Amino acid sequence: MSDILPIVMPKWGLAMSEGTLVSWLVPEGGEVNKGDEIAEIETTKITNAFASPNSGVLRRQIVKVGEIAPVGALLAIVAPTTVTNDEIDAFVGSFVVEVKDEGASGAVEREANFAGKKLFYKLAGGSQDGIPVVLIHGFGGDADNWLFNIDALSADRPVYAIDLPGHGKSTKDIASGDLGELADAVAAVVNDAGISKAHFVGHSLGAAVVFKMLEQHPDRVASIVGVAPAGVGPSVNDAYVSGFIAAEKRKDVKSSLQMLVADPEQVSAAMIEGIQRYKRLEGVAKAIQTIAAKTLPGGRQTSSFRDLLEKTNKPILIVWGEKDAIIDAAQAEGLSGKISIIRLPGVGHMPHLEAANTFNDRLIEQFKNVEANIR
Amino acid sequence: MPKKTYRQAINEAIASEMRRDHRVIVLGEDNAGGKGAPGEPDAWGGVLGVTKGLLPEFGEDRVLDTPISESAFIGAAVGAAATGLRPVAELMFVDFMGVCFDQIFNQAAKFRYMFGGKAVTPVVIRTMYGGGFRAASQHSQCLYPLFTHIPGLKVVVPSSPYEAKGLMIQAIRDDDPVIFFEHKVLYDVEEDVPDEAYTIPFGEANVTREGRDVTIVAFGRMVGFANTAADELKRDGISVTVIDPRTTSPLDSETILDSVSETGRLVVVDEAHPRCSMAADIARLVAEEAFHDLKAPIRTITAPHTPVPFSPALEDIYIPSVAKIKAAVQALAAKVPA
Repeated sequence: MSDILPIVMPKWGLAMSEGTLVSWLVPEGGEVNKGDEIAEIETTKITNAFASPNSGVLRRQIVKVGEIAPVGALLAIVAPTTVTNDEIDAFVGSFVVEVKDEGASGAVEREANFAGKKLFYKLAGGSQDGIPVVLIHGFGGDADNWLFNIDALSADRPVYAIDLPGHGKSTKDIASGDLGELADAVAAVVNDAGISKAHFVGHSLGAAVVFKMLEQHPDRVASIVGVAPAGVGPSVNDAYVSGFIAAEKRKDVKSSLQMLVADPEQVSAAMIEGIQRYKRLEGVAKAIQTIAAKTLPGGRQTSSFRDLLEKTNKPILIVWGEKDAIIDAAQAEGLSGKISIIRLPGVGHMPHLEAANTFNDRLIEQFKNVEANIR
Repeated sequence: MPKKTYRQAINEAIASEMRRDHRVIVLGEDNAGGKGAPGEPDAWGGVLGVTKGLLPEFGEDRVLDTPISESAFIGAAVGAAATGLRPVAELMFVDFMGVCFDQIFNQAAKFRYMFGGKAVTPVVIRTMYGGGFRAASQHSQCLYPLFTHIPGLKVVVPSSPYEAKGLMIQAIRDDDPVIFFEHKVLYDVEEDVPDEAYTIPFGEANVTREGRDVTIVAFGRMVGFANTAADELKRDGISVTVIDPRTTSPLDSETILDSVSETGRLVVVDEAHPRCSMAADIARLVAEEAFHDLKAPIRTITAPHTPVPFSPALEDIYIPSVAKIKAAVQALAAKVPA
């Protein structure tokens, strides 16, 4: 019996209570290795490929395509071919859904002081002793953008996901709105959390913030990951930036968000509602206008860190979707070989959402390599 | 994010606007509680406690108890609005609104129009509505269609705590008279509501579920019923869009028509009586503007054309239910053209 390994509905983020099985990517009888994508699962947020937590033969698909199952419900059975069908039946019959305490694997929320104003951040994997990872979202985003990454990345190291000023639950009171202010905010969280050195991962505008962090506080940086980064090229799609700032109606928010991903179907009602709720908060309109005017005015990027990236001795990894419609992946061209670049085919501006499993694997690999060289 | 009830969300919205704008005042029966009587200040905060806590913070000049004379204090609120304040008046049950129709229908609603846009009447009239409270015929009606009928009034029917806070702040900041309908059965419903102020614009529907097969338009408490029906129907393979118009006046007809053009099937769920109701109004809109998109007849689910019964057993079958919504959607979805 112990050879039978259950595969259960994952829990992606605190809000997820159930998921719909969209498709099986491995047939019954097929071999799976740990980490292989075995099914596509739709949540209210987004559809994501589910990576198998186990290796073996996929003996049975319990949940059929189109069915909804609660978190923790049995999706499939992995077992060697020597296990009989009767044994599998018995296992399925006696399977009890375990509902994990939300706090157990989930992140805790914390608050840091930034010049008298509040900054929110999430911490997951706080008991791990690896070099911490600090995640910085992009323009208009928040710490929840890392929904599909926080669990995987925090398996061996603490992960901190920050709400930048003007975003999420952090202060909407922006001073200058330039990269220096945003990097200072990140430094404030790093100090509050007592982090001496971290892997800094920034998405889009958040990557430029991370590069600024490298410029101002190099001693705090173990390595850098730029995801669809700002800060390496001259331009950004202004139809997106201006459209996002102007969008109030649901329809406009939807078409704005659809530019972010290669497959517009991935933009769910919950994502649209989340952005609308964020944009309605008092102070947000002014905050994002101020930040955009300083960092991304009229489709132009005001800061380039190419020289810094070439000069630094810190390991740099760039991850870019080839179908990125916001910041063209071609902007990575001409960077020297010391900067590792991963190009993801069929992926838009959100590699951490659109190709979460690949993204997580490659980042973990990078962190391990960096740590091996430090030791 | 902190969870708050519908009641707390409305209270928080009023309090934050009172802090922001000294012209905002609150008046109604027992809103202060105890003023001018040997009672206890802030004893009630209105009959179901929505304004509790406002008196200690804002004092007797801004939180006023009124006599049980709706025609007088609604008239006073309209007059105060016309002369520079931004009153939030509580008229306990919408069922009692009949005694102040002149103040609302003939005065407040007409000022901006009759004075060539030179007068504004920024009054909010909060009122409870709806069945399910075992409060019988005179305390359970859903009279928002009556007010929707009158040009010059804005009519708000919030479906959840998050919606209630943003719509109340918008209502107080709006320069026109707003009738704000609070469903008494929703007061203890809880959800995540931000601490910060935010506004939800009037005339902009919310799409709470997105589907391909059938469009449901629902109001107030019925939005939650429609969401539950949609979630259950999804398990049976029927994918349903749920639209919460949020305000019946102005009405976001564009979102409704866009959705019907995709699904071709419409169910309207309205807790009010069927005649001259929002259900009838939206059925008219879609029949006129989107007839050629329809793949099946329009269905409406409403209370019957009778007073709300006192008998609990009768009241339960009087109010539209999740089961009735599901049955209507299933019947429509089955009518797939060859």
